[in-house]
Amino acid sequence: MGWFLRFLTSSVGQKFIQGFTGFFLISFLLVHLAGNLQLLNPNVEVAKESFNKYSEFMSTSMIIRILEIGLVLGFFFHILVGTVLYFRNRATRPIAYGDRRPSKNSSWSSRAMMLTGSLIFVFVVIHLINFFVKARFQGETDMYTLVKAAFTDPLLSSFYIFAMIILGFHLNHGFQSAFQTFGLLGKKYEKFIKGFGTTFAIVISLAFAIIPVFFLIGLGGK
Amino acid sequence: MNFNLKIWRQKNSSTPGKFVDYSVKDIAEDTSFLEMLDILNEELIAKNEEPVAFDHDCREGICGMCSLHISGEPHGPKRKVTACQLFMRSFKDGESITVEPWRAEPFPVIKDCIVDRSAFDRIIQAGGFVSASTGSAPDGNAIPIPKKDADLAMDAASCIGCGACVAACKNSSAMLFVAAKVSHLAHLPQGKVERKERVLNMVAQMDKEGFGSCSNTYACEAECPKGISVAHIGFLNKEYLKASLS
Ligand code: HEM
Ligand code: SF4
Ligand code: FES
Repeated sequence: MGWFLRFLTSSVGQKFIQGFTGFFLISFLLVHLAGNLQLLNPNVEVAKESFNKYSEFMSTSMIIRILEIGLVLGFFFHILVGTVLYFRNRATRPIAYGDRRPSKNSSWSSRAMMLTGSLIFVFVVIHLINFFVKARFQGETDMYTLVKAAFTDPLLSSFYIFAMIILGFHLNHGFQSAFQTFGLLGKKYEKFIKGFGTTFAIVISLAFAIIPVFFLIGLGGK
Repeated sequence: MNFNLKIWRQKNSSTPGKFVDYSVKDIAEDTSFLEMLDILNEELIAKNEEPVAFDHDCREGICGMCSLHISGEPHGPKRKVTACQLFMRSFKDGESITVEPWRAEPFPVIKDCIVDRSAFDRIIQAGGFVSASTGSAPDGNAIPIPKKDADLAMDAASCIGCGACVAACKNSSAMLFVAAKVSHLAHLPQGKVERKERVLNMVAQMDKEGFGSCSNTYACEAECPKGISVAHIGFLNKEYLKASLS
């Protein structure tokens, strides 16, 4: 047990937690996206039926209930460790540089992980209030209509689109960063993984952002 | 060439410092950055003022003593050079240049632009060595080492311990330095004996000294005068995980 605690409290061990939970959250994003893309079926009737069936499964299934616990824990530890690291790291430089040019040696997405992460957190809370709470705790069954109503509001849609762009930045750094943390960014695949990570970040954020756009421009029916 | 300098002046570790403006004139473009500071110091001494204190030793890019944060970057704007191997031709005539010490809690300022880097020594003492018997030089090829490992060890061994990685990192992380030392010894047969203890103890000491953790921004690799690759940090992480599990 001693070694385990030492590992988890060390700077290196905590990066492993961050990478591990980050990957786990990415796998969740993929499943979540696959479900949501059903909304984009141009045949509104079919889309409505399949999406509502899927939502019902998601809010009643026992398996999903169990996986949900894992997801909550994943978010919890990712946010907890990310925040702890952020504040500890910030404290290492009590006197700031008079002249500092960070854009010369590193990318914005890599330096802004706490900022983009916090914005994602705000988004997640609003997102849960918008949809999850209604489906799980308020007995809403016609989720398709609920989503449509929400996204025909330009303000809410713009917020969603903005949040997805921010998620893209988080993933742009996070994806390859997790590989680096695990020591898997070998010379041979470095270019490929970095390229793949950026493409992945763009595809994921665009695919999520298309959904509000779809309803905003009236493709989901009146 | 003429330059406007903004230099950090600080009497000692317990007095707060501040930037002071100086100007230097008629500097030849092939003057090194440290020689330019020497010229300024001679003028200051002639005027009975306190010269600017800065670290230096070899002045040929191999000892790792020079440690100036110049125009927003450790060792200045040029890649893969130390401050002593930076020449004034890398700047524009009339340019304003900021000169300040490394900024990190574990590297306290001793005077002006000199910081105390003994935290690095303590990390080395925690495990950055091999207990091989000394004596006369052994035959170079007595222990065969695969070319790939020898190359990796040699690349890692080129770290001069200057601390630019810490200075560049937004987290003041010493991960690149520690990774270079761990990787250097772990790739060689002589380093195998203490392999596990080494990585555990060096990381523990690094954390204890108050260096930050790695956010993989790769600012260290970009600013390292020896171009030490962050791949060594990935290797360090794996070493640490393996040593923790075994
Ligand atoms: C769906 C949501 C999220 C995904 C998929 C995700 C994914 C990732 C990944 C893959 C990493 C890289 C890990 C590594 O470098 O080894 C990461 C790092 C990070 N995440 Fe997230 N994240 C998400 C949400 C959040 C939230 C809500 C926060 C905080 C409020 C956050 C804060 C951070 C921070 C601070 C780091 C960098 C830690 C460091 O390197 O020092 N993330 N994330
Ligand atoms: S890794 Fe590079 S920047 Fe860091 S101490 Fe070694 S030589 Fe200097
Ligand atoms: S003085 Fe030795 S490396 Fe610069």
